[in-house]
Amino acid sequence: MTTAPSVPVTATHAPPAPKRGIRLTPAALIWPAMLYLILTTQVPFFMTVYYSFFRYNLVDPSSRPFIGLANYQNLLTDPQNLRILLNTVVLAGGTLILTLVIGGALALLLNREFLGRALLRTLLISSFLVMPIVTAVIWKNMLLSPTSGFFAWVSQSLGLTPIDWLGQAPMLSVIMMITWEWTPFAALILLTGLQSLPDDQIEAARLDGASPWQEFQHIVLPHWMQAIQVVVLMETIALLQVYGEIYGSTSGGPGIATTNLPYFIYQKAFAEYNIGLASAAGVLTVIFTNILAVYLLKLISRRASSQGG
Amino acid sequence: MKRLSLLSLVLAVSSTWAGAQTITIATVNNPDMVTMQSLTPEFNKKYPGINVKWVVLPENELRQKITLDVASGAGSFDLATVGVYEVPIWAKNGWLTSLTPLFRQNPTIASAYKLNDVLPSVRSALTVNGQLYAVPFYAESSMTFYNRDLFRAAGLTMPQNPTWQQLQTFAAKIHKPASGVYGICLRGLPGWGENMAFITTMVNTFGGRWFDQNWQAQLNTPAWKNALTFYVNTLKQYGPPGATSNGFTENLTLMSQGKCGMWVDATVAAGFLSDPGSSKITKSVGFANAPVGPGTPRGSNWFWSWNLAIPKSTKQQDAAFKFLTWATSPEYISLVARTKGTWAAVPPGTRTSTYNNANYKKAAGAFSGLVLSSINRADVTKPTKDPVPYTGIQYVSIPQFQALGTQVGQYMAGALSGQTSIDQALKQGQDAANRIAKEGGYQK
Repeated sequence: MTTAPSVPVTATHAPPAPKRGIRLTPAALIWPAMLYLILTTQVPFFMTVYYSFFRYNLVDPSSRPFIGLANYQNLLTDPQNLRILLNTVVLAGGTLILTLVIGGALALLLNREFLGRALLRTLLISSFLVMPIVTAVIWKNMLLSPTSGFFAWVSQSLGLTPIDWLGQAPMLSVIMMITWEWTPFAALILLTGLQSLPDDQIEAARLDGASPWQEFQHIVLPHWMQAIQVVVLMETIALLQVYGEIYGSTSGGPGIATTNLPYFIYQKAFAEYNIGLASAAGVLTVIFTNILAVYLLKLISRRASSQGG
Repeated sequence: MKRLSLLSLVLAVSSTWAGAQTITIATVNNPDMVTMQSLTPEFNKKYPGINVKWVVLPENELRQKITLDVASGAGSFDLATVGVYEVPIWAKNGWLTSLTPLFRQNPTIASAYKLNDVLPSVRSALTVNGQLYAVPFYAESSMTFYNRDLFRAAGLTMPQNPTWQQLQTFAAKIHKPASGVYGICLRGLPGWGENMAFITTMVNTFGGRWFDQNWQAQLNTPAWKNALTFYVNTLKQYGPPGATSNGFTENLTLMSQGKCGMWVDATVAAGFLSDPGSSKITKSVGFANAPVGPGTPRGSNWFWSWNLAIPKSTKQQDAAFKFLTWATSPEYISLVARTKGTWAAVPPGTRTSTYNNANYKKAAGAFSGLVLSSINRADVTKPTKDPVPYTGIQYVSIPQFQALGTQVGQYMAGALSGQTSIDQALKQGQDAANRIAKEGGYQK
């Protein structure tokens, strides 16, 4: 949710007033943009809130009664939905940790001077630019497929039986896919963070006889905190909304093994045409995402300050 | 510059004057519909004034898109490909244009179209209160396909009317995953029109049903458990890996590559498996009736038709009607035979004249009799051993079944991949079915 920043009205020297014309204060000039923002972001949200109080199913056009909080009650009392919430957290958290570790390692490697570094950096970003649905289709059919995939070919060449990745380890497969997409993002942000680290600090540490690990722990990591914060925040918000990769690879299955909140909402709205329930799930997701983001921010900034960053 | 834009404006206006119409048609990416799409130029020869735009999607996605479009009255489509399950429900919701008056207003089209030639059982499934709301593009039942070479190599013969137990025994003897040959291929891809269509026929013939007469869900009965256990075990032991990703299309590919010993699926596949353009096993493919289980022969083979219907929201009713009558006409069927070079490739299951055609009998003789008798045998009003309050063999004719079938389809796929136990999947399904029956106001 976006909140409109309050606009301070600065006293300006009024230009000499033309004889005929309308005097506009800066605040009034802001309004068209504000109105546009309100229309495009707030109105749909309030429509969603409104629909969530109704039994509104497209396949039953005859009735649309007001049912109060029944949709919310329905969502919160179904034990299956706890699993979906857990899936969402595991998917986002697992991917986040993996991208931080792999991205951090890549950033440390790319921080050295070597031939072709710029080219490598450019190549690295390419997987981040692949569209989610394309990623899903490529991974599903060309890599993970137990009959015709690359991984199956590798394990068959080694004399092993191919693994049916999407059937046996669906969550892991999806996490691998999304990690592949998001690692470059983390690596680039962390690389930027590294490059702003003053060389003299590292030199001083080395003169004092710090081991590479100590150097990393006491110099690099505290300096990195800000970059890590950015990665954690941006990725969390993005990864809680993962949808295309799931739609294209597992369709939320098998069972509900890879159904996360966005995919669940999609199913309720577009496979079951249950607009009321989907709206309620959407509202709950917004609340959940906000709580998580605020909590994460607090956690990181506290850690950063205790590190004396 | 100004002059140019003015010119283009004039051109645009004059072209709409000339009566150039554009109709948008939504259809499934099944091979038969892809053929229809490729024959659009032939349609334009007959009706030069109508441009045709296509939206071709996989079954699950297409259903969602059309349902959403029609339900919200958005009117993106002038012609929609609608399944036999949706036609009566949508007609009752007032979403479809009745074709009966349109046939009356266009006597020349009607006389060439020969509505009485369309199989009566198919026509009655598309009629609500005496009004016809859709015409069939093709109709299908389900049957057993098998690879005669693999059967001969294993020293087996397929009976005309096999049982599920026999199929499992055969599959065990044929299954050689090391050489890329799997005993039996069956649908596992979640979706009410994918794995649930197939699993429901199995449940029927094992003696089960979705609901009893009071709309109480029946997924916790032994019949469901036996059917599902049999399905999971058979596919796990003698099926291809990754079966949860295999729907009709994936299995068709596996079967036509000679990787499956047997396959139980839509009769429409008979034509594809006999078509040298798409199949490597044209010489060795064999056909038999759909297998029956220990419960009852009823409901062991499904009935389905893909139909063309005109949504109420269209503004191009006449142009849409012209395409609809062209693509389901006897003339179109012979056109497909001409362009494909074989009568075996024509859309099946819709017209008496197709089955009386000497060329068709010659080309499709191996399976045409089986297909016709399967379609005629499939009785949507008596799908199960015990009486049920719904019609439909592999579906339940209530609007909420799409949601229910898709949910339960996910649970079944979960059981197949071993993510959950069979008991757990059935319990989840039972709860979902009861919830739907309550919410829909069926349970009193």
